[in-house]
Amino acid sequence: MFSEISLNILDIVQNSVSARASLIEITVNISNAEDSLTAVIKDNGCGMTESELTKVVDPFYTTGNNKSVGLGVPFFKMAAKLSGGSFEINSEKGKGTEVKAVFVLSSLNRMPLGDMTETIMSVIIANRNTDIVYSYTVDEKGFVFDTRQIRQIFGDIPCDTLEVNEFIQSFLNENTAEINSGANY
Amino acid sequence: MKSLEELTAIRDKMQAIVNLRIEDSNCTKIVVGMATCGIAAGARPVLKALSDGVQEKGIKDVMVIQEGCIGLCKYEPIVEVVAPGKEKVTYVNMTAEKAAEVIEQHIIGGNVVTKYTINSAM
Repeated sequence: MFSEISLNILDIVQNSVSARASLIEITVNISNAEDSLTAVIKDNGCGMTESELTKVVDPFYTTGNNKSVGLGVPFFKMAAKLSGGSFEINSEKGKGTEVKAVFVLSSLNRMPLGDMTETIMSVIIANRNTDIVYSYTVDEKGFVFDTRQIRQIFGDIPCDTLEVNEFIQSFLNENTAEINSGANY
Repeated sequence: MKSLEELTAIRDKMQAIVNLRIEDSNCTKIVVGMATCGIAAGARPVLKALSDGVQEKGIKDVMVIQEGCIGLCKYEPIVEVVAPGKEKVTYVNMTAEKAAEVIEQHIIGGNVVTKYTINSAM
């Protein structure tokens, strides 16, 4: 098990990368009114057949070559359910996969959301050619980060530099802090 | 709220600098294991330390990328250094601090940090 939801999200995104997705959309939505924290990871990768989809929640099912367990999806499902929440995974072969975990916000059995900035930075750094869209909302207030916007701004000019990375990091941290208004999720 | 438009200032600055695109085949690859085992063992801060190190020192011809589980879960976080024409070096039980040492001594200095390699661990 992980110590933060952000590590689960990082783990699931690895599946999207293995599925050769060109676009990965990560959404974290917190609703105090509904007492929920919802995390959705959607990709346009190779997807799964119905048979693969039923097996994916089994910890002893994996498509990896060197291993006998595939824990990413089962861990995420377990984390959500332990908090009293729910878990859904949908996929279509050739089109992509969507993973949705709903956590009960106020549950003592809910892990903290943790450092989403470090998770998003890790995904961007290690997958320069994949488009990443991250949207974070708390009670209708939110922001969206989209690497396609960055590519548009930079065009042919290289944007995988320290300065741009530092900018993205402060963009994510500052906007998250503003949305959170002092709350800790 | 911070906006991505602020990046236009950085882009304008970079327009003045001519950058050569790195040829993948001449590139040293620093490969970080990012499967469930790696992440649980602490790969996220290791990836950050390696990426920060490479960019802060302005090291050219180096790419930091990720890989899945290679079946040595108890040795995670694992970092492999794959340099063209050289034997692959596998570092195990990595931390952000060890990653900084590897950048300094191996990537920049050219000396493998043998005490952190898998050969020393087995």
